[in-house]
Amino acid sequence: MDLPNDLSRQYVWPGEDFTRIPDWVYTDQWVYEREVQRIFHGRTWNYVGLEAEIPNAGDFIRSNVGPTPVVVSRAEDGSIAVFENRCTHRAAEFCRELTGNVKAFVCPYHQWTYDLRGNLQAVPFRRGVQGQGGMGADFKLSEHNPRQLAVTTHRGVIFASYAHDMESLADYLGPDILREFEATFDGRTLVILGHYRHSLPGNWKLYHENLKDPYHATLLHTFLVTFGLLVAGNKSLMLADPSGRHGVMCSAKSDASKIAAEDKAEMRAFKEGMRLADPRMMDFVPEFDSPWSVTMATIWPNLIVQREMNTLGIRQLIPTGPNEFIMKWTMFGFEGDTEDMTRHRLRQGNLMGPAGFLGLEDNEAIKFVQDGMLRVPGGEHLVKLDPGTPFGTSETLISESAIRAMYRHWREAMAL
Amino acid sequence: MNTASDARLEALLLHAEIDAFNTDYAEKLDRQDLLAWVECFAEDGFYVVISRENFERNQPVGLIYCEGRGMIADRAFALLKTAMFGPRYLRHMISNLSVASQPDGSVQARANFMVIEVLTDRPEPRVLQVGEYRDVFVRVDRALKLKERRCIYDNLLIPTALCIPV
Repeated sequence: MDLPNDLSRQYVWPGEDFTRIPDWVYTDQWVYEREVQRIFHGRTWNYVGLEAEIPNAGDFIRSNVGPTPVVVSRAEDGSIAVFENRCTHRAAEFCRELTGNVKAFVCPYHQWTYDLRGNLQAVPFRRGVQGQGGMGADFKLSEHNPRQLAVTTHRGVIFASYAHDMESLADYLGPDILREFEATFDGRTLVILGHYRHSLPGNWKLYHENLKDPYHATLLHTFLVTFGLLVAGNKSLMLADPSGRHGVMCSAKSDASKIAAEDKAEMRAFKEGMRLADPRMMDFVPEFDSPWSVTMATIWPNLIVQREMNTLGIRQLIPTGPNEFIMKWTMFGFEGDTEDMTRHRLRQGNLMGPAGFLGLEDNEAIKFVQDGMLRVPGGEHLVKLDPGTPFGTSETLISESAIRAMYRHWREAMAL
Repeated sequence: MNTASDARLEALLLHAEIDAFNTDYAEKLDRQDLLAWVECFAEDGFYVVISRENFERNQPVGLIYCEGRGMIADRAFALLKTAMFGPRYLRHMISNLSVASQPDGSVQARANFMVIEVLTDRPEPRVLQVGEYRDVFVRVDRALKLKERRCIYDNLLIPTALCIPV
């Protein structure tokens, strides 16, 4: 898609050092449609579900790749298929249930029938009735399958791509991100504990940026700071892969009594001696081979992996336009968790999600950002922190280098 | 009066008492008086806000998950003293109450709820949540307290965030 001249003047990037991001990146319909085409439907691995959600042949879930509805199903041979949830006859979204088990998918409108891999199997009255009507002699079922995506899985996590010649997931993630991915998905079998789903009136990229912005964590999330879980002096790392598209925000819980006085003064929220009535929620039970007690992995373009001490979850980003997206959370534990451990995960879950002490604040902040752009339009964002690290991995929390790296990648992918 | 009408009267009184409890509960949340809300629960009270999707699949994850009044108090404290969210007005509507006394003296109840939210930066009220309470009440010093309140909401999507409990 080449840009007409008037558009190339409209989508001007301010300066070449990536310290300013123009509002049109977040609010423009044409940019959004280009993202769907070039990113979500482009050369990316998109999260679509967990194998634990479809353990048996015939199990399926509805999911999305970008905004596009897809079905994720387990075929008779145990393989996983991902295909568009759109009947090739009259476009009806044929799979209606969020989840279930079927022998085949039957479109309710005219009963066109698809097998568990999304292949068109049967068309009623294909030969007409009494020699009249029906499809022409040249009609081939195999030419009328919904679009079927490439599928890969790793440690129980399912990814799909519109590109059928994608590199392996390991190459796509790179060794650093893969190591963090495998620290959370450590080989134990996953057990689904439930979902959260919410909408957010903001651009989908703001969610990535929020988790590539360790600066906000000690300032917005008073709860973390009040109870000494995350403070500016904590051992931490903002990891970015060489491409800049993926990242992992890492931190290690430390002893609140060892925080330097000048750091405390900067963090207005820090209150010594504040205690929870029931402090079990903040316990960290070591269970991972990792120096980090908290990691938040942003895996381009639609997956967040949350390992917040012992509360574990997937967040799937589903954009619905430039100004809104949906988040589907899948919280999990592991086979072999004791009942106590499961309840610990559930208690600690109060930190995250759309009612979480931290989660609700991120959601509110993202809404405020989008509102600011929509109501005072035509401006730009400033992401200048840590000029010593222009792009990529940073060892200080007070940095925006991972955001700059993400936009360097985004501009390449978008040719903008 | 005979025993049958005594029992009917007892049931009506209990129904009215729980109805009054719910009215009071809604009023506390509408005022966003979370410290008063904490007092609606028994010491070992359990409180969860869970999607119908999770509840029907026996998946335990809740938007809010509190085992005991300590955790409920921590939720109130965190929202009042640490959480950042935009200003809003709320109306909690509770209706269609049904009540069943149990042999052990506890009382099971259910009711429909709807929470309507008005943000100060959006013109229209919106339905934040709609669903049902499944409750267990006990008496503590004659007063009714919640031993369990499961708020099972029908919405598939929460709009932005659930800041004040249901």
